Amino acid sequence: MPDDGYLNVSRRGVLAGGVGSAALAQASILRAQQPMPGSQSGNEGPSTMRIRMTVNGTPQEVDLDTRTTLLDTLREHLKLTGTKKGCDHGQCGACTVMVNGQRINSCLSLAVQHEGDEVTTIEGLGTPDDLHPMQDAFVEHDGYQCGYCTPGQICSAVAVLEEIRSGIPSHVTDDLTGPMRPTEMEMRERMSGNICRCGAYSNIAEAMAQVAEA
Amino acid sequence: MEFNAPAGENLFDRSKVVGKSTRRIDGPLKVSGRAPYAAERHDVAANQAYGWIVGAGIAKGRIRSMNLDEARKAPGVIAIVAATEHNAVGSSDWNIAPLFGGRDIAHYHQAIAVVVAETFEQARAAAGLIRTSYDSADGRFDLETAKEKSKVGTGFSGDKSESTLGDFDSAYGSAAATVDATYTTPDESHAMMEPMASIAAWEGDRLTVWTSNQMIAWGKKALASILKIDEDKVRVDSPYIGGGFGGKLFVRADAVMAALGAKAAGRPVKVVMQRPLMFNNATHRHATIQRVRLGADQDGRITAIAHECWSGNLDGESGEDGTLQTPKLYTGANRLTRSFVAELDLPEGNAMRAPGEAVGHLALEVAMDELAEKLGMDPVELRVLNDAKDTVPADPDTKISDRNLVRCLREGAERFGWSKRNPQAGGNRRGRWLTGMGCAAGYRAGPTEKSAARVRMDADGGFTVETDMTDIGTGSYTIIAQTAAETMGVPLERVNVELGDSAFPASSGSGGQWGAASSTAGVYAACVNLRRAIGEKLGFDADAATFEDGKANLNGESWEIADAGALSADGEMTYGDFKDGYDVGTYAGHFAEVKVDAFTGETHITRMLSVCDAGRILNPLSARSQVIGAMVMSAGATLMEDLHVDKRFGFFANHDLAGYEVPVHADIPHQECVFLDTLDPIISPMKAKGVGELGICGPGAAVANAIYNATGIRVRDYPLTLDKYLDRLPAIA
Repeated sequence: MPDDGYLNVSRRGVLAGGVGSAALAQASILRAQQPMPGSQSGNEGPSTMRIRMTVNGTPQEVDLDTRTTLLDTLREHLKLTGTKKGCDHGQCGACTVMVNGQRINSCLSLAVQHEGDEVTTIEGLGTPDDLHPMQDAFVEHDGYQCGYCTPGQICSAVAVLEEIRSGIPSHVTDDLTGPMRPTEMEMRERMSGNICRCGAYSNIAEAMAQVAEA
Repeated sequence: MEFNAPAGENLFDRSKVVGKSTRRIDGPLKVSGRAPYAAERHDVAANQAYGWIVGAGIAKGRIRSMNLDEARKAPGVIAIVAATEHNAVGSSDWNIAPLFGGRDIAHYHQAIAVVVAETFEQARAAAGLIRTSYDSADGRFDLETAKEKSKVGTGFSGDKSESTLGDFDSAYGSAAATVDATYTTPDESHAMMEPMASIAAWEGDRLTVWTSNQMIAWGKKALASILKIDEDKVRVDSPYIGGGFGGKLFVRADAVMAALGAKAAGRPVKVVMQRPLMFNNATHRHATIQRVRLGADQDGRITAIAHECWSGNLDGESGEDGTLQTPKLYTGANRLTRSFVAELDLPEGNAMRAPGEAVGHLALEVAMDELAEKLGMDPVELRVLNDAKDTVPADPDTKISDRNLVRCLREGAERFGWSKRNPQAGGNRRGRWLTGMGCAAGYRAGPTEKSAARVRMDADGGFTVETDMTDIGTGSYTIIAQTAAETMGVPLERVNVELGDSAFPASSGSGGQWGAASSTAGVYAACVNLRRAIGEKLGFDADAATFEDGKANLNGESWEIADAGALSADGEMTYGDFKDGYDVGTYAGHFAEVKVDAFTGETHITRMLSVCDAGRILNPLSARSQVIGAMVMSAGATLMEDLHVDKRFGFFANHDLAGYEVPVHADIPHQECVFLDTLDPIISPMKAKGVGELGICGPGAAVANAIYNATGIRVRDYPLTLDKYLDRLPAIA
């Protein structure tokens, strides 16, 4: 199994934020890659913008092509590849992350829309040695198979329970004024934007029920 | 090690680890986002550029011209490899249409270029600037029409699909009860969550491809043959695979275009096939037309059984053989199965989870339901009465290894509350809901393939298994660790598993539900060799000793195996001819309950149960997931999955995950899966058979039969969407 070599960027970000040295902060900025020698491109480069956001508690500053989605910012620039690209069109839910506490499809929003936002990805929920209760419940109930939709399922699952706790209604909520409960149908309805082609739905429902009841 | 006689009692019959429900050892990496899939290998090659595949805009014909000037000048573009400037790549044993074919277009969205740029955004934008003009040719896109010119073809196995026994026509003509029904199944897509993805890097003439592939040894060979380089110059690595379902059995355009792009750019290149290209560029399950004829005497004994299937493909040769289960499932002295393949110019059809049987059950097992109704018999009883006993019904010279289908059906009926089913179709109305129950039998072969592994013991007594076996979500990491822990007599935590690298010994790979049985047998063979190496080093007869708690014990003496020091052994399991005399199968009884909205016709599945007979279950936790996951895919095939063929232009119109509907959370209720406690001594020393495809053989038919039981309407054209029966629903009041 591979080492977890994903945190380098974040560590640098932490240093930059904590020390506050201008030089160090400058060094921590990830630049959009410059054309390499040998490129036949004659045109000017794309328009870029510097974006500041907090990802999993770590301040990040990135110079980005303005066409870059939040998803590609995470995967290709911050190298947080736990957030998955399944369709890039908001059809599968594999890219679900939480922005300021709400779940979104990160492929459907551009990074430039997230200046100053707090982003939580699957890496921010827990680590292999210190799993979030939802992550642990997925392992216990085998709520996955190939694992590719799993980070999105887990981010959605955590957010869904919070939505129910906050009394946000769904299509299947019978009583809009009474207390809302995490019933099986309530959870299944709200999770339906996260496709699992391996078909782990029944197990995911059990994992969520366990966390909801805890 | 050759497995050349039925397995006797062995260490797995006293197992402590194998057969126990075990959390996946790769689970923590997957749920925390740390398991690296193909496109995520930032660490393996520096300076990766991004490739974007351009797909053909016609289904058949020839490229007249490609204007690449604007794209080449676009910001960030490093290289463009285009069909008009490149010879067709070589072929391989595993694809029909060339994966990058020069000017000739064999199917819609066939790769015609890869644009390599500094960033993903730049590659995508530049690709949009390429202007291509074509000379279109007429194509054949309609199976119903093309089937007139079809001929007997092959299924996935490559064998001609035709068999007869006795005299079907006379037996059918004189049968007391008959069914003659034609069913259609649409083209389907694997729609695995991770698209095709590869990173390719050249070092001189050596190529490494980090990719997402089920069959590493095939992939390595295919890439060498497609790129016309030596096989030993190619390395393929695929430790995590975001679903395959047969779609990643073979090297596809992502790997080829990444390799060509990397060569042209002089840099590593990452190519992820954009989702809208997946459905027409990659393979799919072929549509079928299936005719089933059943004849029985008045007691329900089948006397005549015929199953014919038509499908189409680019080569007019390799099709979807829906008849595969029919020679195996039911008795009957007079039989006929035939699978015809027509030439079609649609994208390439190829294996998708249980190729043949998955759709074959949707015909045969519904026809059985229709026969039961004609006879006034219970559908479970009809199947039990016609169960095959010791030999294969269509091939009496072949013995059946271990078959417990009747137990599956009986236990399933008992657990599901089948006795409460109202046999009167359309006779259960509760408020707005029409409810119904259905059942089906399931058969899927339990094959094995030779498989090799290497097992290393470190100086501190830790173990590492290395094999090019893949884990496509099936749980290979864990069952391989369990097998090594059991055989070496050490706790599971002491075993590390490394998979998917072509530098490791070649395994069976993952496909055809042969992976679990075959790869664990290969690991067992390697462990036996390591045990012998330890015995030689420490001076005892390893074959006679027992290995437990880190010790080897023999005749009252005991050795700490770690005292042997660092050692490594390779091993391979191969299979002797004795198996040729047997049909090794897996069996299931499937049950489903549905409710159909009497007003709108909308179907909800309310319960599903599968009782499975597949020998020893290596890890009940992950095996159950395979079965319930296959039940979901089977439900999808019955209720919604449908690649719509645009018959004017020859492509699948709904080529994304919004248009190609697959089941979601709200569609799937709590599912149950029960494994019978059986052992099959013919398959391997593990006595374990695969289950990953058994679960898609039958549940969909059980759902279809439940819908009939609920509504009294028999729809034979899948998927069973409400538009096909809404106007025939019983009157509301």
